[in-house]
Formats: sequence, structure tokens, C-alpha cells
Amino acid sequence: MNEELKPRATREAYGEALLELGKRHENVVALDADLAGSTKSGAFGAAFPERFFNVGVAEANMMSIAAGLAISGKIAYASTFAVFATGRAFDQVRQGIAQPRLPVRICASHGGLTVGEDGCTHQSIEDIGLMRMLPHMKVVVPADFNQAYAAVIESYNTPGPMYIRTGRAKVDFIYREPLAGLGKGCDVLREGTDISIFACGIMVGAALEAAAVLEKRDISAEVVNVSILKPIDVDTVVASLTRTGAAVTAEEHSVIGGLGDAVAEVAAEFCPTRIGRIGIKDLFGKSGKPEELLEDYEMTPEHLVGLAESVLAGRK
Amino acid sequence: MTARAGSGHPGGSLSAADIITALYFQILNKRPANPRWPERDRFILSKGHCAPVLYAALAHSGYFPACDLLNLRKIDCHLQGHPDMHKTPGVEISSGSLGQGLSVSIGMALAMRLDRLPGHIFTLLGDGESQEGEVWEAAMAAAHYNIQNLTAIVDMNGLQIDGFTKDVMNVEPLPEKYAAFGWSTRVIDGHDFEQILDALEWSKATDGPAAIIARTVKGKGVSFMENKAEWHGRAPTVKEAEAALMELRGENPEGERETGE
Repeated sequence: MNEELKPRATREAYGEALLELGKRHENVVALDADLAGSTKSGAFGAAFPERFFNVGVAEANMMSIAAGLAISGKIAYASTFAVFATGRAFDQVRQGIAQPRLPVRICASHGGLTVGEDGCTHQSIEDIGLMRMLPHMKVVVPADFNQAYAAVIESYNTPGPMYIRTGRAKVDFIYREPLAGLGKGCDVLREGTDISIFACGIMVGAALEAAAVLEKRDISAEVVNVSILKPIDVDTVVASLTRTGAAVTAEEHSVIGGLGDAVAEVAAEFCPTRIGRIGIKDLFGKSGKPEELLEDYEMTPEHLVGLAESVLAGRK
Repeated sequence: MTARAGSGHPGGSLSAADIITALYFQILNKRPANPRWPERDRFILSKGHCAPVLYAALAHSGYFPACDLLNLRKIDCHLQGHPDMHKTPGVEISSGSLGQGLSVSIGMALAMRLDRLPGHIFTLLGDGESQEGEVWEAAMAAAHYNIQNLTAIVDMNGLQIDGFTKDVMNVEPLPEKYAAFGWSTRVIDGHDFEQILDALEWSKATDGPAAIIARTVKGKGVSFMENKAEWHGRAPTVKEAEAALMELRGENPEGERETGE
């Protein structure tokens, strides 16, 4: 790993990219619900106070106001914790933003377990599923700082509504250089022939680590970073599954409704494949240090390796 | 319309009919040939279930042919059960799930402020709808942002699906609540055109957001519908609709026009 690239949180990329968008485009507005310091929207607010609306602890109101701004020609970036953005304000997102296909970017931070000590109330484990269910909604989970930055910059020109999930914890760089965009959002980071590991967010780093361990055991693992969960790049998923014939998915989300389901849907429809899923197994979160939680919920590289081996064993 | 559709919400449509008539045919600065004209006034139907009366006003203002009205809620018709901003010309926002319209209106007002656009926003809410918490998040925000071009009109017909609003969940005293949130308020008879027009003009000139609490009668003008909760979401039969229309036109059942006083 490059010594100069110290791990950075994807939410920091959101803050920097949002500020850059504000400089480039007059019609960019941003909203927050009293978490501007945590979501990193505060830098935009300091630079463009007339275009920044901190609505207080009122997420429903924030989403509907964002809709009104978007109806009127603005590109609206609304941020709060993922659990509130998708759960507390679901109906406002559904009727006010998704159904009328408005250019609101819901940039939710603090996705997943690695929120850590705050515990289950603040750990969003179902946000990807909720957003994936909504027609018109594009769902993006960047893997690192550079990908998050590119996702936010690129979102300006994306038609319709979008959900971008960022995290609280610092994560290693997957992409060493700045990215021009997300492409189809399904990057084969490492080619392999025995098993495909589809991962998103912080689990991409774990997937790469697992692949390195598997290689030492003579198992060739392909690692695919799925940053656009909806619409998922069916061609790349099918090509990988066809090549390897087995898969493991890894996400910091419930195994219900997220990446595991998205990949399984493609597999079931186009190339039935045995798939093991790493994620939160239909449980709520709890307090603890991020690394302790990942261990406790069986989401470490070692767990990935174990599941990959059992999937391959079961296939025979 | 609702009789042809076989479903819909006649009660709340009738209680709001006079207010919406005043807006569309006296107050709103609009260009039906160019529904998204940036300088227009905006009417936001937050109580989206009263779509029939909005559609009638839009059709008779020239946004689309009046004959469409008879296809309300039909599979190939743009007139959805609740308003859809992309399907029906003149509909400003998609609504139906209650409590969101006032917040959306604030977003529009903030955008108009940034773009230095003229235009006033009139948002119609129900009294039952006022039980939704988001309404009060919006009430707080409108005063906080000192929105100048926003009027909330509450159609106080006193009824909701399950009965009288005062019995289900009392929302009163509504004028005092809006005043406490920092709004200018006025209470009117929502079926008196002079009072409606006067209040709407007044609301455009207040410093900050204005709330008009309009006392209305659910099912207004149709004796067998008035003040009956069951007419919230039940469409009349064709026979009932004929009787209702006769009454609204001032005809007696034998078809002779009443002379009036």
C-alpha cells in the first residue's frame, strides 16, 4: 500500500466533492438535518451559506424541501445518517423524490456497523435494501475516498434521484489515483477462475485481503467491486459468474435486500450459481469498536476465506 | 367525475371548491399554455385526495380538455387518483401521502428566492392532514427562513375518514398554533367569496408566511353529503351524482330552477 495514502473516510470525500460542485455550479444546493459536521456537508455550508439549508432535526422536512428545490431547477444534495435518510424519511423520499424522478442526491453517511459505539439505533443495515426497492432510484456505495469523490462529482449530471452511501470509518485506498467516474460501477479489481467475490463499500478491502489468502491455498478468486448496486451491471456479474461458477458477496448491510440479493437475483435469472453471503445476518447492530463488530458479525477477511472455501466444497 | 370513476373523494373536494375556484379564476398569475412559466404563482394541493376539484379547475382554466375529467382514475388517463406532476399539466407536485406539501412549498420558495423569481405559493392542507408531524416541521421552517411568498390555507371541514376531527385527534386551536409558530393568521368562512379573496390578497402582503384557516363544510352544497365523514372517500352512484349536480346547479329534483330570494 502506498505510504502517502493514509486511509480516509468516504464521507470526507462527499464533503470535498460537494464543495467543488458548489464552486462549479450555481444551481447546486445542499441540505442537512443537524449533522453537517458528521456528514461533512458543513464545508459547503460555510462557503455557500445562501445555498445551504440546515433544517434542524427534521429529516422528513428536509427531504420534502429538497424535493421542492429540485422541482424548481436545483440539484439538491441532502445528507444525514443513512438510518434517518432512508428509514425516518422513507415516505418523503418515496412520494416526493423517487416517484417524480427528481434530481435529489441523498448522500447518507454512517452506513453500516462501523458507526461503532453509537450502537444499533445509528447503524444502518437496511438502507440499501430500502433504496433499491424504489423505482427510479440509483444506488451507489463507493469503496474508498477516490471513488466516493468521483461518485459525487458525477452525480451532478445523473438524471433522476440517487442514493449515495458513505461511511464514518477511515478506509484504505482501493483506487490510488483520482477517478473520472464510476463507469458501469462493477470493476473487476483482480481476475480469478475459481470463485467470484462481489463486494461493496468497506468490504472491498476485505475481499482483496481474502483473495490474497485464498491464492496461497491455490484458490484463484476474482474480486469485483460493485459500486453501483442499482442498476447493477448484469453483463459483468454474469461474465464473472460464468467464468468462476461460484461466488461470495460481502457487504456492510443486511444480507437481505443489499448486494447479496442483487447478485443472487442476477444469478438466479441468468446463470444459477452457488452463492455465499457475508453481511449482517438478519440482526440489528450493537455497540463496540468497528473492528470488534466486524469480527463479532463474522465479516472479516478470514470469514470471507472460510465461506469461499465452504461454497467451493459444497459445489462439488 | 367520481361517479364515473366509481371511487374518489367528493367530500373534501367540495369543501375546498370555493377556495380553489377563487384561486384559479381570480388570484393565480398563470399561463395555462406554458404551465412551467417560471414567474407563475403556484398552487400546491397538499391534501392530494382532493384531486377532482383541482383537475376541474385546471381543465376549466385551459390546461387540458374538460372531457378528460370523465376519465378520472381510468387506466389510460393522465388524471391519477392522486395528483402526478409529470402526468397532468398544471399539477405542481405529486401528492397524496399527507403532510408533505407545505415542506415542498418551502423548497420551492427557497429556490424562487435564490433565483429572484416573483410568484406566490398557495398551499392547501386539510385539517385532518394537520395531524401529520411534518406539517409542524414545515411551519417551524417557514417562519425560520422568513418565507415571504407562502400562504397556507387550511380547509377546516371538521371531518376526516374516521369521524369528526375533534373526536379523532383534535387539531384546534389551529390559528393559535400557526401564530405561535410565527405565522400571520386569519380565520375566514371558506365558502364566502368576498372573505376568501380578501384573505388571499391579504396573505400576499404579510411579512413572513401567512396561514388562512378556512371554516368549511365537507360535502358543501350537496345536502346528503354535508358534514358526513362517509363521503370522505366514497364516490356517489350515478343517481346520487345526478341529484348532487342538480342541487349544486340550484335546480330542484323536478328539474325546475329555483328562483332564489
